[in-house]
Amino acid sequence: MIGGAAFAVPIASALAGCGGQDTASTLRVSYQQFGSGQVMRNYITEVARQFSQQRPELAVDLVPLVAAENDYFTKNDLMMSSPRTATDLVYEDTFILNSDVAAGYLRPIDDYLADWPQWRYFQPVTRDAVKAEDGKRYGVPTSTDTRAIWYHSELFRRAGLPVPWQPRTWADVLTAARTIKRRLPGVIPLNLYASKASGEKTSMQGFEMLLYGTDSTLYDQDARKWVLGSKGFLDSLGFVRTLFAEKLGPPLNSALDPNLSEQINNAWFPQGKIAMAVDGSWISSAWREGASGEWPQAAQVMRMARMPTQRGQAPGMVTLSGGWLWALPAKASRPDLAWELLKVLASTENMTDFTVADGNVTVRTDVAAQPAYRNGSPFIPFFTDLVKNTTYRPALAPYPQVSNAIQIASESVMLGGSPAAAAKAYDSTVTGIVGPDQTMREA
Amino acid sequence: MATVTETVEKKHDSRPRLNPPKRRPGRAIPTLPALVLLGVFLAGPVIYSVYLAFTNRALRGEGSSETSFVGLENFRTAFDNPEFWNSVTLTLIFTVLSGVIGQNVLGMALALLLRRSATWVNVLTSTVVVGAWIVPEVVAGYLWYTFLSDGGSLNNLLGFLNLPSQDWLIASPIVAVSFANVWRGTAFAMLTYSAALSQVDPALDESAQIDGAGVIRRFRSITLPLLRPSIMTCLMLTTLQTLSVFGLIYIMTGGGPGTDSQTLPLYMYEQAFSFGQLGYGTAVALLLLAIGGVAALAYLKVLPEEDKR
Repeated sequence: MIGGAAFAVPIASALAGCGGQDTASTLRVSYQQFGSGQVMRNYITEVARQFSQQRPELAVDLVPLVAAENDYFTKNDLMMSSPRTATDLVYEDTFILNSDVAAGYLRPIDDYLADWPQWRYFQPVTRDAVKAEDGKRYGVPTSTDTRAIWYHSELFRRAGLPVPWQPRTWADVLTAARTIKRRLPGVIPLNLYASKASGEKTSMQGFEMLLYGTDSTLYDQDARKWVLGSKGFLDSLGFVRTLFAEKLGPPLNSALDPNLSEQINNAWFPQGKIAMAVDGSWISSAWREGASGEWPQAAQVMRMARMPTQRGQAPGMVTLSGGWLWALPAKASRPDLAWELLKVLASTENMTDFTVADGNVTVRTDVAAQPAYRNGSPFIPFFTDLVKNTTYRPALAPYPQVSNAIQIASESVMLGGSPAAAAKAYDSTVTGIVGPDQTMREA
Repeated sequence: MATVTETVEKKHDSRPRLNPPKRRPGRAIPTLPALVLLGVFLAGPVIYSVYLAFTNRALRGEGSSETSFVGLENFRTAFDNPEFWNSVTLTLIFTVLSGVIGQNVLGMALALLLRRSATWVNVLTSTVVVGAWIVPEVVAGYLWYTFLSDGGSLNNLLGFLNLPSQDWLIASPIVAVSFANVWRGTAFAMLTYSAALSQVDPALDESAQIDGAGVIRRFRSITLPLLRPSIMTCLMLTTLQTLSVFGLIYIMTGGGPGTDSQTLPLYMYEQAFSFGQLGYGTAVALLLLAIGGVAALAYLKVLPEEDKR
């Protein structure tokens, strides 16, 4: 491919959209642009304007990568793997961070963070979330999301259930679902994502919200091994099995539909066809003015309850967080300038504006204290308070494949398979993915 | 993916030209730039992907920071993997059901019917069938998804007629996508067979009719043998096209539920782009190419000697 290289250079730079600008004085920022949302673009454009006032000799170039979740990671990784295409700043999902660090795509930023006064405003749990396995930190988190049970308070009242409602155990959740089914025929009691078509929603909003409320875990951080054959895994599958066997969840053809989330948020909740759903903090953005499921009454009708642990064991609640961060690609040549820009991106005002516009949960005490944030959405304070007890997914290279194995296990019990068989298949799949020496049986 | 180019040499007239030009190597110089471009942009990636299949190249995890040569490891992994065999089986079902049987039988039937029909029927039918063929794959996939899905138009129609609703996309997804692919790809077979039928002398058919041969007998003993070369060509092309269908299935079912409609192209995509295992994904791509190659060879074997020009 020597001949190819000579050809590829001019073409690659033309493709990278440099638009004939002098690349030496241009900083490039890549981010995900999927669908028609302009929030990210407006935010970076505004930051670029401020930055140009500070550093008139520099221009900022936006590099939107138009792709859905998985494809975005892939495109980003491909770009970061070559100095010719690596941008100066990338927007990354926390769960892909460790894989990218292991692949040598990212640069540690501990030295920069040490001299940055804003760093102390970040929640401790998030400061750890950007720490890779080598103990170094690789990114500045922007915002996060948390998960809980959304419930339709009018339906609850009609079914004679208490409002406000806060279950203490899984059994409480199932009891409420059974009550809804008995007293409100035609209303779907509870959605918990369980199909492969729902992808990561099934792993994170569904199965892991259960598993992390048991005494077991998915990955043992101390032993650095994936946990197999755990009781919690079986019990979580058992919950999914009960939910669908007793017809407390959505009908199977909807549950297996990749567009289930749009259906729930844009249609079922506003129309009062579903009573509860375990889902993320962001779903209220579907009910905003001008959104696809516009629903002015949402603020009065929709309530949230913390997801309980299996038997009410401490801390008495479960939530998982994803979230995104800004990172510096290792193969980009001007980290100091990129850090300058990143500081503007992560200033208190800019980060507040972005978090409010994006309808997300902040990870910073300084942003949380801003009135604009506190009054931004009636739902946000509840979800912000969950951050201190949150769990992050194991951000390891095999996670996407392990997650896929979880989805397959979950779907098979949803369709009536036995939890034991599904767990056994999961164990052998994971052993195949990570190798037997990276797994352990639960003690 | 695999493409098959057929060069059919025209029989040029047999009169010798007055002074045939000499073939000197220098005459190839003007084609050099094109050859270099082809080498770089076509052969280059092909050779590179063959090489990739024997490495552990990955976007994440092992093989991402250091790529090393692993020999046949990827192929061994594939052969030991039940998911791979599930995909192979589904690919064969999909290809035979929708490509070999569906598109060719329906295409042939349409071509035969249109031969005898009035002009306006012919124009109307051809427009509809070819229309289904020229819509982009994504559009066709989405049309079928909205037609078959739970709240889709088919179930609304069935409900209107008080018939039970269907859930093919979930109960038998591979059949659903096969149907969609027949709907979409029949035009190609129909056009090929119409063209071939127009070459058949009607006098043959008429004389057989006078001899008392029935419709079926005439089709079996006269039309089929005459059409054999074009049937083989058409079978080969539809097989190779169907083997590599990706968009239609991806839009309709995403390979699901579970892996119930995950044919090889979708499996390949998941491994390479969702899990970042580029080396393994490329190895699976080579295996798909091998399946196509075997099918093409089998068809060529069946073709009688005098038809291989």
